Amino acid sequence: MPVLASFTCGLIFGAGLLISGMTDPQKVLGFLDLFGAWDATLAFVMAGAVAVTASGFAVARRRTAPTFSARFLWPDRNDIDAPLVGGAILFGIGWGLAGICPGPALVNLAGLSLPIVVFVIAMLAGMIGQNLFGKNLWRPRTMAPRAETASLPSRADG
Amino acid sequence: MHDFTPISGFAGGALIGLAAALLMLLTGRIAGVTGIVGGLLQPDTTDRGWRIAFILGLIAAPLIAALFGAPLPRPAMNASLVVIAIAGVLVGFGTRMGNGCTSGHGVCGFARLSGRSIAATFIFMTAAIATVAIARHVIGG
Repeated sequence: MPVLASFTCGLIFGAGLLISGMTDPQKVLGFLDLFGAWDATLAFVMAGAVAVTASGFAVARRRTAPTFSARFLWPDRNDIDAPLVGGAILFGIGWGLAGICPGPALVNLAGLSLPIVVFVIAMLAGMIGQNLFGKNLWRPRTMAPRAETASLPSRADG
Repeated sequence: MHDFTPISGFAGGALIGLAAALLMLLTGRIAGVTGIVGGLLQPDTTDRGWRIAFILGLIAAPLIAALFGAPLPRPAMNASLVVIAIAGVLVGFGTRMGNGCTSGHGVCGFARLSGRSIAATFIFMTAAIATVAIARHVIGG
């Protein structure tokens, strides 16, 4: 059941991205192009998404456990550290270059166009590269080993 | 292509929010695409089933829409394949390093009023706006 629920959520999420127009990189770049012919649509997408998410989360906070699993895995970190800032800058540059972020990249994969396939392979390579090498760039060696940090719910705040 | 579409934008956004709310209410998970995909790529991950299912759901959405006559998404991209590949690596590496992207930090983080996620969202938005400004108006202009 949790797997079916997750599939359904992915389906609804993908439908939302398609309907909102956010799978079209030109539309996203139109929002990011503040100094050109600015298209404010992305702000309305965010407003709709955040409003409904916040309402659902408010309901979840009053419950003791989710329907199909033992507990809510709320992210528990609130620190603004160097990897957060550096990672956000690198992501922003990549997003600005192509107009695609991870969700729309996967939805667009269904069309199997060459640029999207290239983007997704590169994105997966970047993620694997970060998994393999990225963490030790920032953490002193004496800190928690990787296996320990990987299982924390805080790992999943995005 | 560059028309301002606030109504479909808001409606689509609400669906994205519904998906994020349901994923939390049903499975207790944050709907962050970076975390979902990135976790799948780690050798020590034990919970692969729901991650694969969510990703398959994302890919299935346009396929189901195609059954009802919608065209498959094959978006026009102006950048060269080399630039697209560089962008992909930056997006993949950066989102994993910063622990989130537009969905995890932008949507779910804002909804939780997480200072960490709101900071990340402002930073990646600013970096993206600066990149587009340079690419379109300094180099391209």
